[in-house]
Amino acid sequence: MGDILAKYNLFAAFWMTIKLSALGAVGALLLGTLLAVMRVSPVTTLRAIGTSYVNVVRNTPLTLLMVFSILGATFTLGLSFSDQATTNAFIWACIIIAVYHAAFVCEALRSGFNTVPQGQAEAARSIGLTFAQSLSQVILPQAFRGAVAPLGSTLIALIKNSTVAAAIGVADAAGLMKTISENETGTLGVFGLFAIGFVILTLPLGLWFTSLSRRLAVKR
Amino acid sequence: MNARRIGAAVVATGLAVGLAACGGGGSSTGSGSGSGSGGTIKIGIKFDQPGLGLKEGDKYTGLDVDVATYVAKKLGYAADKIQFVQSPSAQRETLISTGQVKLVVATYSITDARKEKVSFAGPYFIAGQDLLVRADDTAITGKDSLKGKKLCSVTGSTSAQKVKKDIPDVNLQEFGTYSECVAALVSKGVDALTTDNTILAGYASQAQYKGKLKVVGAPFSTENYGIGLKKGDTALCQKVTGAITAMISDGSWQKAVDTNLGPAGFKPGPGNPPTPAACS
Repeated sequence: MGDILAKYNLFAAFWMTIKLSALGAVGALLLGTLLAVMRVSPVTTLRAIGTSYVNVVRNTPLTLLMVFSILGATFTLGLSFSDQATTNAFIWACIIIAVYHAAFVCEALRSGFNTVPQGQAEAARSIGLTFAQSLSQVILPQAFRGAVAPLGSTLIALIKNSTVAAAIGVADAAGLMKTISENETGTLGVFGLFAIGFVILTLPLGLWFTSLSRRLAVKR
Repeated sequence: MNARRIGAAVVATGLAVGLAACGGGGSSTGSGSGSGSGGTIKIGIKFDQPGLGLKEGDKYTGLDVDVATYVAKKLGYAADKIQFVQSPSAQRETLISTGQVKLVVATYSITDARKEKVSFAGPYFIAGQDLLVRADDTAITGKDSLKGKKLCSVTGSTSAQKVKKDIPDVNLQEFGTYSECVAALVSKGVDALTTDNTILAGYASQAQYKGKLKVVGAPFSTENYGIGLKKGDTALCQKVTGAITAMISDGSWQKAVDTNLGPAGFKPGPGNPPTPAACS
């Protein structure tokens, strides 16, 4: 096991996983929030778009989306970010992770909306706030605080799902594991090493989100 | 209380299913090597490698399948007594060392690292890393003409590592499987696909790619395909080696190569047919 640690740069691979997850998470949070707002908006068309997005994306395998980003989007449609294949694959991987998990962020946030009593929205409207104002000043802050726990679960799932990026050649932890099992034979030890790496990434996050959700919950 | 009872039921069911699975596996591999009367033999192959090991419905085709069938016959197992098991690259050592398969014939290159975990009989074929290009492409003639070209291979594979090392500024797109690379090559997303020439010839021979793709034919590595078996089982290794030698000398080997890899005009590289190494 020691020689594997010396021979391969595990740190660089996990750093790639962290970069991929962080950029993907930011994108997913922004797009997911937008989708959640669309799903509760008073405009029927927006609601329909939000609902169809969630249902289509949530039910499409991530690997399929990932491979499509290169085979379909880059090669057939010509939507390329860089002439260098590895750079292009990394950017697409971030986008696909964001697009895919936005559906789950949206649903987590929607559960947060449900924790806000109806009266809050009615009170906001009755003091003359517009839809945008009541959303940004009254509803969303409370919704986020109520959705911390499911958002945390989504983030943990996102970190683990980022391994799918190895399917389009992003040099993340999963890619390095494939390399090591090709060169050094696939043993339980190698799999265990990477499993521990992911536990180190996700376990503290889970604990932190649990305590955060307790501290931030709106006491009613 | 209720939760605990449900938990106990789940555990009990899991145990029962697990035991049943073990029982089934045990009885089918029970008969030792050699005797084979009535018993079956489990052999690990690739299920998704055209020309080498491909499963279509309940039919298996490819060079690895033909070699496995021939070797099994010499060990005393008729073709209908072979049970093929899918062996993805990362699982081959585990499948052998845990006894889930007796032999692995799955584009399995003999390397020192692998020899520490399993024993090899063979080689039964000498492959080399080569390039697959579109049939009308005359610009790519070998490894040195790849400058400015887009290359494709499989994440983490030996071939991908080799081109990264040999060509420092290579523009390499990696995918999870070679099929995706072939699709990218046909749609002109990449200019060449690199891996063992056997695998490339297998794709070029497929009916839907006939006349569209060609193997360049300038191999720049040597891969000795061996038959993996349990470490230290010298008796079995010698029998398998004997079978490979017989297959080469009675012409079955040449026939198997021609039917599986020949349709795209592929000719085995220098060193073929190989002389199997002695078992240690």
